[in-house]
Amino acid sequence: MSVDSVFVHKMWDENELAKMVKGGIPFPMLSDGGGKVGTVYGVYDEDAGVETRGRFIIDPDGVVQGYEVLTPPVGRNVSESIRQVQAFQLVRNSKGTEATPSGWKPGKITLKPGPDLVGKVWEAWKTDMAFD
Amino acid sequence: MGEELKVGCARPTGGPVGETVELITTEDETLTKEVTAMIKVGKKVPDFTAPAYHKGKFISVKLSEYLGKWVLLCFYPGDFTFV
Repeated sequence: MSVDSVFVHKMWDENELAKMVKGGIPFPMLSDGGGKVGTVYGVYDEDAGVETRGRFIIDPDGVVQGYEVLTPPVGRNVSESIRQVQAFQLVRNSKGTEATPSGWKPGKITLKPGPDLVGKVWEAWKTDMAFD
Repeated sequence: MGEELKVGCARPTGGPVGETVELITTEDETLTKEVTAMIKVGKKVPDFTAPAYHKGKFISVKLSEYLGKWVLLCFYPGDFTFV
């Protein structure tokens, strides 16, 4: 979503993005003229008249599970966004019985919070697991 | 998902749906402070409708139509920017 019109979105998709992604962008490109939606989400920069790089993870109940906002010159890490969605999906599927510790990614251990884990995280989780 | 838009000469627009932006007047009535809905993790996301371009068509997207799915909503500064 940006403040550009859907007409500009079409031109960008057809003339540039389709050269990077075969068939063009697969998801809807939303238009937020005037930054009305961005204002509510806290990502609209009124001085510059554009949105900043906000990214929101919204679960199937419409609840915000996480967000990140960057200033324009630095791009996002898509893998990190996907990792976070995978982690939130795991927690949701476990109905909250499992949690993903720092550095978790698919295949790494999860933790089962409860009385038995108090003071014992150091046994189950090592600091090098925080890194890839 | 999202109905197709009839596009005329005017640029289609959307906006927040539901909860309106509150206006609070302070004791000094010359100052009007705008309070916008804040995003908080663990809380419901504000709904909105927005015109969109999707695979060759102009459509209208309402966020609440995606209930039941995981959504990544990304804002960016502008088309034809570099990053």
